[in-house]
Amino acid sequence: MSPPSHQHGADVLTDGRADRTPVQGDQPLLSVQDLSVEFGLRGQKRVRAVDSVSFDIRPGEHVGLVGESGSGKSVTSLAIMGLLPRRGAHVSGRITYEGRDLLTASRAEMSQLRGNDIAMVFQDPMTSLNPVVPIGTQLAEVVTRHRRLSKSEARDRAGDLLARVGIPDPRRRLKEYPHQLSGGMRQRVLIAIALACEPRLLIADEPTTALDVTIQAQVLEVLKELVAETEAALLMITHDLGVVAGLCDRVNVMYSGRIVESTTRSVLFGEPRHPYTGGLLRSIPRLDAPRGEPLVAIPGSPTNTLPWTQGCAFAPRCAHVQDDCRTDPPALLEHGPRMLRCHHPLDGSDGPTPGGGSAGARPTAAGVADESAYRRPTEEDA
Amino acid sequence: MTPAGPSAGDDALDLVATPADERGTSLWRGAFRRLRRNPSAIIGAAIMLVFVLVAIFAPLLTSFRPGTGEFFGQVTPSSVPGPSQEHWLGLDTGGSDMWTQLLYGARQSLVYGVASTLVGLTAGAALGVLAGGFGAVGGRVGGWVDTAVMRVVDILLSIPSLLLAVSIAAIITQDSLAIIIAIGAAQVPIFARLLRSSMLAQGKSDYVLAAGALGFRKRRIVMSHILPNAIGPTIVQATLNLATATLEVAALSYLGLGPDDPRVAEWGRMLVNAQSRFDADPRLAILPGICIVVTALGFTLFGEALRESLDPRSRR
Amino acid sequence: MIRFVLRRLALMVPVLLGLSILLFIWVRSLPGEGPARSLLGTRATPERIEAINEQYGFNDPLLEQYLRYVGSLLRGDFLSSIRDGKPVLDTFFDKLPVTVELSLAALLFAIVVGIPLGYVAARYQGRAPDTAVVSGSLLGVATPVFFLALLLKLVFANWLGWLPATFRQTPGIDATQVTGFAVLDGLLTREYDAAWDAVLHLLLPAIALGTIPLAIIVRITRASVAEVLQEDYVRTAESKGLRRRTVARRHVLRNAMLPVSTTIGLQVGLLFSGAVLTETVFSFQGIGSYLFQAISQRDYPVLQGYIIFIAIMYSLINLVVDLLYGVIDPRVRVST
Repeated sequence: MSPPSHQHGADVLTDGRADRTPVQGDQPLLSVQDLSVEFGLRGQKRVRAVDSVSFDIRPGEHVGLVGESGSGKSVTSLAIMGLLPRRGAHVSGRITYEGRDLLTASRAEMSQLRGNDIAMVFQDPMTSLNPVVPIGTQLAEVVTRHRRLSKSEARDRAGDLLARVGIPDPRRRLKEYPHQLSGGMRQRVLIAIALACEPRLLIADEPTTALDVTIQAQVLEVLKELVAETEAALLMITHDLGVVAGLCDRVNVMYSGRIVESTTRSVLFGEPRHPYTGGLLRSIPRLDAPRGEPLVAIPGSPTNTLPWTQGCAFAPRCAHVQDDCRTDPPALLEHGPRMLRCHHPLDGSDGPTPGGGSAGARPTAAGVADESAYRRPTEEDA
Repeated sequence: MTPAGPSAGDDALDLVATPADERGTSLWRGAFRRLRRNPSAIIGAAIMLVFVLVAIFAPLLTSFRPGTGEFFGQVTPSSVPGPSQEHWLGLDTGGSDMWTQLLYGARQSLVYGVASTLVGLTAGAALGVLAGGFGAVGGRVGGWVDTAVMRVVDILLSIPSLLLAVSIAAIITQDSLAIIIAIGAAQVPIFARLLRSSMLAQGKSDYVLAAGALGFRKRRIVMSHILPNAIGPTIVQATLNLATATLEVAALSYLGLGPDDPRVAEWGRMLVNAQSRFDADPRLAILPGICIVVTALGFTLFGEALRESLDPRSRR
Repeated sequence: MIRFVLRRLALMVPVLLGLSILLFIWVRSLPGEGPARSLLGTRATPERIEAINEQYGFNDPLLEQYLRYVGSLLRGDFLSSIRDGKPVLDTFFDKLPVTVELSLAALLFAIVVGIPLGYVAARYQGRAPDTAVVSGSLLGVATPVFFLALLLKLVFANWLGWLPATFRQTPGIDATQVTGFAVLDGLLTREYDAAWDAVLHLLLPAIALGTIPLAIIVRITRASVAEVLQEDYVRTAESKGLRRRTVARRHVLRNAMLPVSTTIGLQVGLLFSGAVLTETVFSFQGIGSYLFQAISQRDYPVLQGYIIFIAIMYSLINLVVDLLYGVIDPRVRVST
């Protein structure tokens, strides 16, 4: 995790899109610093959904935000988009996009940005499209909003977009309504809508969770291709490390509103250090696992947490829990190539490296596995 | 309503937002708890309580009798005596004490409102249970009974409700029973359709299918599973219909089809009688008018609050 | 589409048939002395009453009377009023424009004021504008039509003198009749002063008649908009950076209008009921006040005929509403 950097004035809006592979020291495209979100109407007890979360996304970089439902990952994405309800949501911290502070931006500025620079694909394609408006209109309206195009040009563009997300007979489909399309098709439409203006950052919030397993791989593949094609940066929000494995450069693991582990994909899959990350990894099937080896579930439910102010929120479910976990809240510290929030990490041979040392990744016994072992089979593999 | 939490899969928020003591309690108990915290429910209930108390204890609250016209001598064609020491709201057009008339008027409204709603509820619920029960059970006979009953209801529904009440009241003579039946009959289609549709909806739910799969008798499923779960909206509607009934009694009176016994104090008729003097002495019409509005408002407030508290989506 | 309409029309036949029987039995089985007495007054001789009863066939067996009645209906003869001898069909269609004009004005008032108010209330749910709108609509539902009509008349006509209190047009105004719709006639014949006069006369009755539908439309709109605002597709629309106006119109209101449009259809019945009262208060010579007179004098043919006509119109209007519903909601577009 690079220290928060403030960028001023450097305008790289149109040309000079960053190379697909993230370069160290690049200015971040999006920087989230100390983001906290609390919910609660006046007079009610506030509930903290996101708690001092910080991470950066560089141009073209693919970042994963992983956690169970209720971990605050969706709220984080809505905070970036400025789509949290105006009443009852209290946001603090800083979110900067190309140096502009999104939290203090005016409503007009935000609506200029949304759909054009930052776009989002939502979880449930069945409910995320307007049922009474033809999909062609829903596609074209985002193009006409942000580009100077005539109605017929926007329609042509909408048809092209549908073709690009793999919808057959796109001209005819433009006139159809969402209920005439399958779930997978609808999610393709939503992807087309999100990428219609070639945004610099795409936020995908569990884009495949609501789909049939057989469709998931196809839709993920479409998303991947288009993100690569448009060179957009990607924030992939998911509970599925399998999705992250085939897609992301960096991964942030969230638990109960805080980031508990943050590092590159290879380090995370090679040696998970937070017991929660370890648990997540053990709970998904691996291609190289011996036959008959059972999957291990994390005991308990995400609602069974300790407040972060009292100790480690994961303590009630942690297999490695010790007394200080329940009394002393762990801080997010640099452990070699990663940031980690744990008193007793898995294979705790390397302690915190004070001063931001650059200790290389050390092979550990935790499981030296390539992340490809966790990857979901995709169309390429088939 | 949860504190505006985003719907994006953060179920935990919903859970946290619901006070612990509210999880898993029964629908009605939870509804009652929410009612007690809803100011409009409290206002509505207070109005209803005052209304009922006034109706019952009217004789204790005044030293006069209604509809006697005992002070008719003081009423002249050009003026009706206003508030005085003896009659603190003045007299009415018929020469009776206004305060007394209003108190006893509550009695009439209560009797007509409750009785006609009961008539409508009973008949409507019977039709609704018949159609909904058979419809939920399904099959050829079930579908046929459902269709037949609903056709009858459609006939009633094809006449606007006040016109229905008006035509019935015009036909059968104007005694109290006729008015009650007229207003009650006009409510039948509402109750029948409401109960039927919520029974059909319940009939499709998983627990009913489960009960069927377990081999319970159909009649038992309908009467002990479907009906109790479907009755909620009908009860809410009955509360709201008390307001409608109060208004319709007044409307019938206005059309000259109300209770025609001059010894009976009735707000609607007081309003009508005052109409010719409305310009000169608005008090005569406004006082009974306000009584009608406040009573209907009380029933409406309470009914709406009850509906909200029973609707799981609006839980606070 | 056409088959759907035909099927709905076919379904109306048994309903109307049943209605005619029901009405017939109700109307004839009344205790008391029937229309002859109320027509001729209490001092009429038994002979005169007998003559009337004989003339209208009130002495024949009920079934025979009914069959004769249905027979004449099928021949297109809707009988004549006992009171003034005018054919029921003629007076109905003569007076229809008055009632339709009043009802449309009331509905227009209810929709134009109700939908924006409901939208604002939903947008500001739980805050001052919402509380004000909701309280107002509760008060609107709880106020009897005729009481409101009287109050409006008192304040705006008698006290302030801003608006006329009675009639559709200033008596003696020289207005040409074309369609029977006073406002429309004024516009068609370019007698703009007459049209304006009619508008002024229409204002108070329309507000009185439209208040209950207004209150209902406000509440349905509010509930519906509040629900739609929570929908995922509204968030999607916002995530596209669309202008507020576009989101409100295309994404929120278009969906929120679905339940509202059904409600508007249901208000038609309420308007007919209310028209009886409103027309009486404001001395409009429409269907409502004529029906009121027919009721109070037991004018059977008028009573039967008018209620059947109203039922037919009511059913047709609801059919149109259902068809309109299909226009806004593609999911229920009828394919059969």
